[in-house]
Amino acid sequence: MIKLFKNLTKKDVCFILVAILLIVFQVRLDLKLPDYMSEITRLVQTTGSEMSEILKNGGYMLLCAFGSLLSAIFVGYLASNVSARFSMNTRKKLFDKIENLGLHEIKQFSTSSLITRTTNDITQIQMFIAMGLQLLIKAPITAVWAITKILNKNLQWSILTAIAVLILLSVIFIILIVVLPRFKKVQILIDRLNNDTRDNLTGIRVVRAFNAESYQEEKFEKTNNELTKTQLFNQKTFSVMQPVMYLVMYFLTLGIYLIGASLIQSAMMSDKLAIFSDMVVFSSYSMQVIMSFLMLTMIFMMLPRAQVSANRINEVLDTPLSIQDGNFDGLNTKEEGTVEFKDVSFKYPDADEYLLKNISFKANKGETIAFIGSTGSGKSTLINLVPRFYDATDGCVLVDGVDVKEYTQEALRNKIGYVSQKAIIFDDTIANNVSYGDNGKGAISKDKIKEAIDVAQATEFVLKMKDQYDSHIAQGGSNVSGGQKQRLSIARAIAKDPEIYIFDDTFSALDYKTDAILRQALKKHTKNSTQLIVAQRIGTIMNADKIIVLENGKCVGMGKHQDLLKSCDVYKQIALSQLSKEELENA
Amino acid sequence: MPRPGGPRNFEKSKDFTGSIKRLFKELKSFQVAIMIALILAATGSILSIIAPNKLSDLTDEISKGLVVNQSNMKTLTEKIEANLKNMDPKNILESDLQPQEKQKFLEIMESASTNSKGIQDLKDLSSDALSLIFKEIKIDGEVISAKDQVKYLELFTSLSQDTQVEALYKQIDKMPQSIQKVIEPKMHGKTIQNIALFLIALYVCSALFSYIESILMTVVSNRFAQTLRTKISKKINNLPLNYFDKNQTGDTLSRVTNDVDTIAQSMNQSLSTLVSAVTLFVGTIIMMFVTNWIMSFTAIIASLLGFAFMFTILKKSQKYFVARQVELGKLNAHIEETYSGLLVVKAYNGKKISDEKFDEFNTRVYETNRKSQFLSGLMMPIMMFVGNLGYVAVCVVGALLVQKELITFGVIVAFMTYVRLFTNPLSQIAQAMTALQSTAAASERVFAFLDEEEMTSEENIKESLDKSKVEGNIVFENVSFGYDAQKEIIHNFSASAKKGEKIAIVGPTGAGKTTLVNLLMKFYEIHSGDIKIDNISIRNLSRANIHSLFTMVLQDTWLFNGTIRENIAYNRENVTDERIMEVCETVGIRHFIKTLPAGLDTVLSENDAISSGQKQLITIARGMIEDAPFLILDEATSNVDTRTEELVQKAMDKLTDGKTSFIIAHRLSTIKNADLILVMKDGNIIEQGNHEELMRENGFYSKLYNSQFER
Repeated sequence: MIKLFKNLTKKDVCFILVAILLIVFQVRLDLKLPDYMSEITRLVQTTGSEMSEILKNGGYMLLCAFGSLLSAIFVGYLASNVSARFSMNTRKKLFDKIENLGLHEIKQFSTSSLITRTTNDITQIQMFIAMGLQLLIKAPITAVWAITKILNKNLQWSILTAIAVLILLSVIFIILIVVLPRFKKVQILIDRLNNDTRDNLTGIRVVRAFNAESYQEEKFEKTNNELTKTQLFNQKTFSVMQPVMYLVMYFLTLGIYLIGASLIQSAMMSDKLAIFSDMVVFSSYSMQVIMSFLMLTMIFMMLPRAQVSANRINEVLDTPLSIQDGNFDGLNTKEEGTVEFKDVSFKYPDADEYLLKNISFKANKGETIAFIGSTGSGKSTLINLVPRFYDATDGCVLVDGVDVKEYTQEALRNKIGYVSQKAIIFDDTIANNVSYGDNGKGAISKDKIKEAIDVAQATEFVLKMKDQYDSHIAQGGSNVSGGQKQRLSIARAIAKDPEIYIFDDTFSALDYKTDAILRQALKKHTKNSTQLIVAQRIGTIMNADKIIVLENGKCVGMGKHQDLLKSCDVYKQIALSQLSKEELENA
Repeated sequence: MPRPGGPRNFEKSKDFTGSIKRLFKELKSFQVAIMIALILAATGSILSIIAPNKLSDLTDEISKGLVVNQSNMKTLTEKIEANLKNMDPKNILESDLQPQEKQKFLEIMESASTNSKGIQDLKDLSSDALSLIFKEIKIDGEVISAKDQVKYLELFTSLSQDTQVEALYKQIDKMPQSIQKVIEPKMHGKTIQNIALFLIALYVCSALFSYIESILMTVVSNRFAQTLRTKISKKINNLPLNYFDKNQTGDTLSRVTNDVDTIAQSMNQSLSTLVSAVTLFVGTIIMMFVTNWIMSFTAIIASLLGFAFMFTILKKSQKYFVARQVELGKLNAHIEETYSGLLVVKAYNGKKISDEKFDEFNTRVYETNRKSQFLSGLMMPIMMFVGNLGYVAVCVVGALLVQKELITFGVIVAFMTYVRLFTNPLSQIAQAMTALQSTAAASERVFAFLDEEEMTSEENIKESLDKSKVEGNIVFENVSFGYDAQKEIIHNFSASAKKGEKIAIVGPTGAGKTTLVNLLMKFYEIHSGDIKIDNISIRNLSRANIHSLFTMVLQDTWLFNGTIRENIAYNRENVTDERIMEVCETVGIRHFIKTLPAGLDTVLSENDAISSGQKQLITIARGMIEDAPFLILDEATSNVDTRTEELVQKAMDKLTDGKTSFIIAHRLSTIKNADLILVMKDGNIIEQGNHEELMRENGFYSKLYNSQFER
């Protein structure tokens, strides 16, 4: 938590300091109030006191109260500013950091967890600061000040107040000890309930096909019961708190009055009045003391949650960036459109096994290189080394004859048009989705967008949409089909007009026919560009200039289709699993 | 107002009273508990109104210990003065006093006054002389000697007319014991004790009530939440599938958790708060007026002044809260989109655009955050101020009234508490109302879901097919269907599958392949035409019956949070581990499972390293465990590489031996050996036959097939 507070700006710190001063001032005024109260009480009590005196004291008291209100408003202003700005800055920092994380780190955290960290966790912290800034500072100041004010008044009263505070604190402490672990359990159960329901919803057809409705319901009911039981226990335990607080506070007042009565009884006549007004003041101060202890415990109840959130945020912020920017701007390279792997091996930093081992090849300008292999053979990983989503563990990857690590990431990616396996479409218009990003060559013209959409075989359905190129695609692209989304994401790569295309299993989402037509159009359009294609279908890649066959991270074959059919067993097996012998030979 | 039974329309507009009424209707089984709780809450409030009154009695009683016994003092003074006045010089002169004494006495008599000088002189007289003048006075059984009387006179005459009370009290402390005893202020120990005991009983009762009330409401709200959740969970399985086509998972999910939680929480808090606050509010007003009406008006006017101010702020901040929720929603959507599309953001150098958008949203969230938080933070200090304002007003007016002897000091003390009691419920009512608003919104959503039209009832279905005796013939007769009544997807579809045949359905996306399967499984009701299994219309068969006849493996690899064993043995009892491993062997994941540290007990969760191919194989294994007469594979192997697929295919062929099976596939290699291939386009069958026949036809299928080899 404290570590996170280092993100406070100088302005924030100034604000906090001013807020502290104001709170001190406010507490001073608040504690002055009982003095005026007792003065008024005394005046009212005494026969023959002047009305003007009462008015004067009443006026002072109101002035105090108003001053306290003003400073509270100002403190509130400062606190809301600090907490809002702090959360804005931290969120920005976190967002920035996450954008720069490598794919490996993102996978480790998981995207959904990163989202909650940037949204919920930050909100959690913000709420804590907004509340804490006022309570955390005010409570101890009030408590200490109020205690010093009443400390010398009377020993019996002080002991009574101390006992009340002790009782209160121990009750809260016991409740927290009993309840806190169950709070965590509630969170887990709610998550499970959510998961069960999500499972049921996402798998609704499977659930029904297996007649598993009651199975799901039973599972849900089990969690539901447990959740209700735990919640009931927690809340029942908490129900003790309020009556206890109530009893302690009222008994304290009563106790102070009773002690006061006996003190007055035995005192000298001249002291009696003083003791009485002391009694009134003491009872109001003792309430202040108790209230401030209650405020403190409230903070301690909020603290664990905020602490967890702070840790989750710090965890991300502290993750070292695995990919460091180079400084080559990518202009004036001696080669153009080439990709070369020199003895590249890759493994995850914390893994033992290599995912890729000693891969070497070179793609020249205008060539198409295809990668094929079974699930988990390392195709995607290999291709992700080119735009530096990962960095090679050993060996080096060269683009245009320069090590990718030397480029600035921006310069490197300007050369590459990348299309992922799962189409990614943003909540924006079709045109904006296609012209997305910054290719270092200025804005993409409308004509170019249309052309790209045309090459990607998407013109037909785009024109059918209500606003055509300006049609809005809903978040997650729910108003277009998977194949349509994939075509749009291909159009995005085409519009960029890159030196190198990377298709990471892009074409599997398309039916054979669209796949074939699209690739033909693409070939025509991108004659001078180099293409790296990961595919599962033999049909997609059999015309590539070079096919690289991967198995368990190793290159087990490299060459053209016909050669590989003869020389590479793995390739032959893959091909035969899809097409008959005759078809392969005739193609 | 919603009525029970029958489908009804739900307006988007928020019907506050309607939702609340509905809520109470749903709460019927908890009515007794709620009533008791509410009565307890009200009683608790009444007790807490009585308490300050008693406390003020206590204060009055204690403050009696401050005021000198005026009447005794008056009698004493009168009696002493009478002594002086009635003094007969003869008594002294005739007495057997020494002549000097008599002489002195006469001198005093001559000056004939009781001024301080005179009293000073009196002191010089011997006690015998004094006792002649001052006869013993008896008050409350206390005998006051002549000497004491002189002392009394001495102390009092030293006071000027306008001396402060303190000075008077100081003199009293110097008085002789006997007089002190007479005029000293007296507390009634017994009365104080009684009041204290009464208060203790009151406080304990009140605490007990509040405890019981809170326990009751906790139980009610949690049990209610539980039943709501159960209802939702059951409802999910009774809704027709097209509900889920139209509604997002997240939406339904948030009803189960957030909405139900909101209802439970606000019910737990706001309902009893509202009742006790209203009781407190009304009760306080009554008590105030009973005690003193001038003071009541003072307190009410002072508080209302503050509240007018507070409500203006509350209203204003509401606006910013709404704005904040909206902006936060936008920001979160952008964050979600950016993170899940990070690959593209990186690859296309979209960071700048994304950052710009982020900064814009972030700043707006900051602005609204700042304002809403500031305004809502004002509530507390303003409340405090209102309390203090009321306090001062009550004190000042009270003091005035005390001076005029219209009220006692105790009344002021009582009002000091009334002011606090009066200001608290108002803000509580305001808070409870806002809470109720969100309860209404939440319950509206929950009940709207619970009121959704369910699947058609199956009560009248009498026929059923026995799994073990099914022949395996399926006939589609002129089937027409559309998810949307206006948009027909399947047109007049007819086909038949005979026992043991392998039927493949191919065609481009959107041709209606999956729809056909959905109809066969009775996930949706066909509009016209019929589907017959062994010559029995599926209209006359229950859904559960139909489902039991089919083994189905889908394209989306649905695995739930649970162990691999649970996922494979899904919903079937007595599946042995051997059987599971046997199936795993068949689909080729036995080795993979063995390499997992926990084996079959490995828990599958979202972020697992299990690839989509392996996930699909697990779902295939799940399908294989059960032995059903029909098999449906809807793109079941699309995520598996082709070599693995071949293996699975072989296993499946063994499995489908003698069974009627339907296979939908993208990869044409999968279905080449099918007995019948149905080529679908735009909801119609445009070609049918086996692979060779269709290739010879040189139509759509052959084009589709050959496009694999196009350059």
